[in-house]
Amino acid sequence: MSGANRIAGQGRLTPARTARFTFDGKTYQALEGDTVASALLANGVHLVGRSFKYHRPRGILSAGPEEPNALIDVSRDAARRQPNVRAPVQEVFDGMKVESQNRWPSLSFDIGGINNLLSPFFAAGFYYKTFMWPKAAWEKVYEPFIRKAAGLGVAPTEEDPDHYASRYAYCDVLVAGGGVAGLSAALAAAETGARVILCDEQPEVGGALHYDTSVTIDGQSGYAWAQATAAKLKAMENVTVLTRTTAFGYYNHNFVALVERVTDHLARPDKKLPRERMWQVRAKRVILATGSIERHMVFANNDRPGIMLASAARTYLNHFGVAVGRKVGVYTASDSAYEAAFDLKRAGVTIAAIVDNRDKPGEAVLAEARKLGIEVLVGHSVVDTKGKLRVSSISVARNGGGSARAIPVDALLMSAGWTPSVHLFSQSRGKVAYDAASGRFLPGTYAQDCLSVGSCNGTDGLQATIEESLAAGELMARATGNEGGGKVELRGENAFEWTGGMAGAGEGAGVDTTVKAFVDFQNDVCAKDIRLAVREGMHSIEHIKRFTTNGMATDQGKLSNIHGLAIASEVLNREIPKIGLTTFRAPYTPVTFGTLISHSRGDLFDPARKTPLHAWEEAQGAVFEDVGNWKRAWYYPRSGETMHDAVNRECRTVRNAAGVFDASTLGKIEVVGPDAAEFLNLMYTNAWDTLKPGRCRYGIMLREDGFVYDDGVVGRLAEDRFHVTTTTGGAPRVMNHMEDYLQTEFPHLKVWLTSTTEQWAVIAVQGPKAREIIEPLVEGIDISNEAFPHMSVREGKICGVPTRLFRMSFTGEAGFEVNVPADYGQSVLEAIWARAEPLGACAYGTETMHVLRAEKGYIIVGQDTDGTVTPHDASLSWAVSKKKTDFVGIRGLKRPDLVKEGRKQLVGLLTKDPNVVLEEGAQIVADPNEPKPMKMLGHVTSSYWSENCGRSIAMALVAGGQARLGQTLYVPMPDRTIAVEVSDMVFIDKEGARLNG
Amino acid sequence: MADQALRKAPLAGRHGGSAGARVTPAGPATRLSLRAGTDALGALSAAFGLTLPTRPKTSASANGRHALWLGPDEWLLIDENGADLMAAAASSGVLHSATDVSHRNTAVLVSGPQAAGAIASACPLDLGNAIFPVGAAARTVLGKIEIVLLRTGEDDYRVECWRSFSPYTFGLLAEGAEDVGL
Amino acid sequence: MLLIYCPYCEEERSELEFRHGGDAHIARPTNMADITDEEFQEFFFLRDNPKGLIFERWRHIHGCGRFFNAARDTVSDKFVMSYKAGEPKPDLSGNAPATEKTVETYEATEGTAK
Repeated sequence: MSGANRIAGQGRLTPARTARFTFDGKTYQALEGDTVASALLANGVHLVGRSFKYHRPRGILSAGPEEPNALIDVSRDAARRQPNVRAPVQEVFDGMKVESQNRWPSLSFDIGGINNLLSPFFAAGFYYKTFMWPKAAWEKVYEPFIRKAAGLGVAPTEEDPDHYASRYAYCDVLVAGGGVAGLSAALAAAETGARVILCDEQPEVGGALHYDTSVTIDGQSGYAWAQATAAKLKAMENVTVLTRTTAFGYYNHNFVALVERVTDHLARPDKKLPRERMWQVRAKRVILATGSIERHMVFANNDRPGIMLASAARTYLNHFGVAVGRKVGVYTASDSAYEAAFDLKRAGVTIAAIVDNRDKPGEAVLAEARKLGIEVLVGHSVVDTKGKLRVSSISVARNGGGSARAIPVDALLMSAGWTPSVHLFSQSRGKVAYDAASGRFLPGTYAQDCLSVGSCNGTDGLQATIEESLAAGELMARATGNEGGGKVELRGENAFEWTGGMAGAGEGAGVDTTVKAFVDFQNDVCAKDIRLAVREGMHSIEHIKRFTTNGMATDQGKLSNIHGLAIASEVLNREIPKIGLTTFRAPYTPVTFGTLISHSRGDLFDPARKTPLHAWEEAQGAVFEDVGNWKRAWYYPRSGETMHDAVNRECRTVRNAAGVFDASTLGKIEVVGPDAAEFLNLMYTNAWDTLKPGRCRYGIMLREDGFVYDDGVVGRLAEDRFHVTTTTGGAPRVMNHMEDYLQTEFPHLKVWLTSTTEQWAVIAVQGPKAREIIEPLVEGIDISNEAFPHMSVREGKICGVPTRLFRMSFTGEAGFEVNVPADYGQSVLEAIWARAEPLGACAYGTETMHVLRAEKGYIIVGQDTDGTVTPHDASLSWAVSKKKTDFVGIRGLKRPDLVKEGRKQLVGLLTKDPNVVLEEGAQIVADPNEPKPMKMLGHVTSSYWSENCGRSIAMALVAGGQARLGQTLYVPMPDRTIAVEVSDMVFIDKEGARLNG
Repeated sequence: MADQALRKAPLAGRHGGSAGARVTPAGPATRLSLRAGTDALGALSAAFGLTLPTRPKTSASANGRHALWLGPDEWLLIDENGADLMAAAASSGVLHSATDVSHRNTAVLVSGPQAAGAIASACPLDLGNAIFPVGAAARTVLGKIEIVLLRTGEDDYRVECWRSFSPYTFGLLAEGAEDVGL
Repeated sequence: MLLIYCPYCEEERSELEFRHGGDAHIARPTNMADITDEEFQEFFFLRDNPKGLIFERWRHIHGCGRFFNAARDTVSDKFVMSYKAGEPKPDLSGNAPATEKTVETYEATEGTAK
């Protein structure tokens, strides 16, 4: 059995194909193609959850993505578990585990239900008002309590084992929605030869044709026509049909995001399949055929399990073969609900009564109801309901007063009419307009190249929808230059045209402040709450929304927004458009993080950039640090060494023998052309026309405001060719900065820039034995001190491959930087190491590099400067040309604030206790006993233990620093105050003799 | 004299993809970033033995040598046979900038009936036949990085990227290829 | 995500390939070293933040690499046109930008509530 309420001969599922699932531990049988909602209903289960705030028993309200009540937890295993799944959307698969939410200890007996009895205390705005005082209690008492009680469902704690895919796609026409309108539009567009994508959120296309069995199109039943049309479209090369695919976001310039659910309906999905696939579609034209959503009626206790939308009951009957009750009542303000009664009646279900709150229902449906012997109570309202865990009876009264009559029912179907789904239109920045005649917000002013068709456009009537959609499909396809095909014609017929509809609270919602007539089921907002909000001064919908939380649940008010507006409109006595409608935001329905992230996880989260020397460094036992996206060798611990030990050893070894360092990550830019020197003159503070080929110079680059932007060594390879280096992190922005000036300010210069960062592997060999190490490997370059002094560059060969060999130093030792084409890097490094190791050299990492450069007072841009430091502040005035009449930053440097006395300047700091190492970022003061707030003079920018100095060293930005040499300042820390002496920044080899060794 | 240094390709030994799209590392090639004004194009074309393309998103190919239009004064030259492109450029005798980027870039080849789909998993370019036909070339993005894409055949694409980004490029394309192969 | 017409590539490409470059048509003074503080302030610091039409620079950084200028409506995010760097600022005075009432802002709703 696949459920006692399955009616033989009804629905489109195959009785023989069953699937088993559990709900709160109990096993149920379903049919293949069932949703969790249809399967539970088939098994007579209406109670599926507890409401958010009052913990009221809730059932299944809808048969679509608008579902606010039936939110369930679905799992395959411990890691594949998802809370807040909408039961009418989730398809059943064999072995799935479903649990209800927001209840304890059980669904039928929930302690939290006490909130329902205490509800007078939980009126709208309760939290805002109640937890204001005492202030301290918010953090300690109220918030933790509220957080514990709040929220729906439980997030899985394990890592998501599934993977997700992503696809960019382009098309001429994207059609969102695969009902009559969408299919017609797609068909007409496809016939012209246009590239068409059609997406629909359901497993099969058809939309309303799932329930509306009275429709025939071109002589076929509507549903069969839909499937045949989809098959025809799928067979066309220019068409992509995506089912189980929701268009969830409509962004600028016709960029629409779709999510395709690939495996959530499969019992044993192929492991290779992504769980979901995101489609980022750029469409030349978009056709919105998103249909409309039926509204519920607002009356007292309208939330009991068994009370649902009329169209939902029709879907369960006509598509899934499930009767939602045996004695069913209908409460409506729209003709559409009558057809649900007719279908159920014909399937053998008793219709207790149709309660129509209108005085004049459509004549055709009224006549049909009489013919079928259904009692119709015109001008009546349902004013209350009874039933603990499922509705058992309704109270019906004539509008305008009179005694209520109780009618026993086991289900109540309702319809207040239809709300056009303008969500995507609104996301596209289109402006909706209120149509007073039909009481609907419809697409008004379009902001993008799109068209709405069918019921989301307010088009009533089947043939009108078909014709509008066919015309739109062809129009949009032709507009994108497709000239094939001819006119498509389709003929549709259906039984009834619907009239009616209402918005707001009916008679049964009461004026009493205790009546619970729900407007927003998911957030437990009642009609009385909206009235209260208005009374308390919230007069615009944005305020009412936030005060009551109406429409702020994950369903984004698909059912509640219009009712909320209408109630506010009534209380304020202002027309609905004057109250306003909030803008709909993406996503239309919730989207998993996995889909949004898609491939960007694990190794593909972000590129991990490794230098050509990485494998060698790994083999040498390097510990790596992240520098931007680069993985840089940080230090090379030997067995038993701490980081401190390793860095001390590396620092000693470089100064005593030599060290080998990977400098490949430094940015490199080749500047080529007859005007190269002139261009560099403008980009750097230094002069470059005076630099001779074969020589290098340290350069400072400023922004126009005069602050240091980057620095690096530039080598001149030829009259018209420079090899520029930048900081590791600065490479891309320096390139962009230079291109910007070259293209837009100095386009007359004949010079071109090429990034060569990754062309070269760079092996720095530094220390007194550096020359001895590389000498035998180098061909064609005299690297003697005389022929190749400090700050020189030559091209030649090393280990038989081309090299750009630099004589330069970031350690203060005599040193070389061996640039070789990247693929040769490791091999050349191995050859260098084979000579270096026996000579007592070591490999050193970035930490040692930092210490060694600090010992020499070499700055690191971005560490010792922070975007507010001038060359003068950094004691680099020597690198600023006094002769040049222009360079970027020349004027900024003269700004009053930049030449003022007392600016923060870079200085050295020596702690009075040489063993104390300052913390980088620590603040510096003159008087440690000054009451707080103390006057801060600056902060420590670099601080290390220097093994070579036998003491700690530091650099700091200090107000008026250069005038404070020798002064004692203080660094207050939480546990003590550290006395420091201001010094210059060179801690070792002040004369620079070692550089030239 | 030291031993001759050996070459180590960044993607050596990798393979991936699916029946729909195979993903393989390209072999070593020489590459040139060429910059020049329009008046130099004749001489440079003669020097390279290829007519440098001047239309956006186009390329010229012959005998394993490709010239890709990247910008109005910028071309990427690739020689799969390892010819000395720097020397060829120098022989032109006209004003230009040539910079050797043979080792800066590496390439991943994507081939198969679903190759375009594999690339579209992370590349926002429209790869439709009409707009990105065989021979089309463009600098664009793939996921979080920059690439240069060249369509070398009906079902064949060459994805050029910087060396350190190549494992990311390869990984992303392999995942995309697996998805389109299902 | 925007679709931006690159005047060098002669087609619309995804915003992912571009980088915004601030206001267009602000020429760097050729006598840079000599300008007054006020002139420097005007050149470097002061910018309009118009609601409506704006002329701005973009760089097709992950495409052809070129900087170019574009006229965009800051309300609708629609590009009126884009053109090559160095070309004069087009006269779009006849091209009234779309005026759009911002619906959901604190200021707007506060205004109504008062």
